[in-house]
Amino acid sequence: MISNLVDNLHFLTAILLFLIGFHTMLTHSNLIKKIIGMNIMETGIFLFFISIGYVEGGSAPIIREGTAMVNPLPSALILTGIVVGVSLTAFALALVIKLYRYYGTIDADEIMRLRSNEE
Amino acid sequence: MRAALTTVVLVLIGLILLFMVAEMPTFGEMGPAYNEVAHHYTQCAVDETGATNVISAIILDWRAYDTLGEATVLFAGIAAVLAILAAHGQRKKGR
Amino acid sequence: MQDMVLQTVAKLLIPFIQLYGMYVIFHGHISPGGGFAGGAIVASSYILYALAHDVGAGFKQFPRLVAKWLESLGGLIFLLVGLVGIIRGVQFLTNIPEWLGQVGSIFSAGIIPLLTVAIGMKVCSTIVTLFYNLMEEDHD
Repeated sequence: MISNLVDNLHFLTAILLFLIGFHTMLTHSNLIKKIIGMNIMETGIFLFFISIGYVEGGSAPIIREGTAMVNPLPSALILTGIVVGVSLTAFALALVIKLYRYYGTIDADEIMRLRSNEE
Repeated sequence: MRAALTTVVLVLIGLILLFMVAEMPTFGEMGPAYNEVAHHYTQCAVDETGATNVISAIILDWRAYDTLGEATVLFAGIAAVLAILAAHGQRKKGR
Repeated sequence: MQDMVLQTVAKLLIPFIQLYGMYVIFHGHISPGGGFAGGAIVASSYILYALAHDVGAGFKQFPRLVAKWLESLGGLIFLLVGLVGIIRGVQFLTNIPEWLGQVGSIFSAGIIPLLTVAIGMKVCSTIVTLFYNLMEEDHD
């Protein structure tokens, strides 16, 4: 099992990025840092999915004379995922702007305290 | 207290993912992800579509309907952002 | 922010960034790139302009009317090119591979360059509009 883990180093890097992003989302209370953590998590997932399609000795999937090609299907599917991630980040930032205009702070614990004081 | 709970959850998720990676096929071999669909796409790209970029041929000829859905997602994203942000400033000018 | 060094360097760099972005869009079926990457590169030139000067100056270069028309035209061209397939009697969004030119030049591969340009216009307009609206400060 250990030799199998050492061979799949790219998957381990993707898992490390996912855990770093998850830790950032859970521990910091600033809302912008939570959004940054979400982006790091997405990068880890994309790296994991695209590196499934690598073939030894292959290069980019452009048809030229004689070289082998990597698997083009995971890259083509992740393009849609990247665009969805951009839209999600933009919407989350717009929500943070609205929260700042209403409460005057972008600290998540502070906002929850102000909301529980209002009622 | 919160830091301890966070560490426990992260270590648990990390262990589960590590055991999953140990079962995966080796990085770099032609595993089960390179099936007959990928072989057909890489070999018949020039004959059927005329484009030399295989990924462009995939997302704009064989799977063009998914690209249409993605354009819809872009539009829905920007509609949501504008609906939230522009609703604040319009009230001053309308009166 | 209004810094003279930043404004001069932005004035020198923006044509090259736009030229590179349009190269990536138009050669989407020959070399790596395509509609999404090229649209993002062209959008980043407008973002550089708005960062060097004011957001108001940015809105003068890319007005709301132009953004509205570009985004709608991008989606409409995609749909109309797809309806050509239904008129011909085959499926929606079918390609015509031997339409113009030979393999490897710009004018080749049927409807793929048209769809790439439409997607490029849509992505560029979306990202520039998002950025300008998030950067605008409220006038309370």
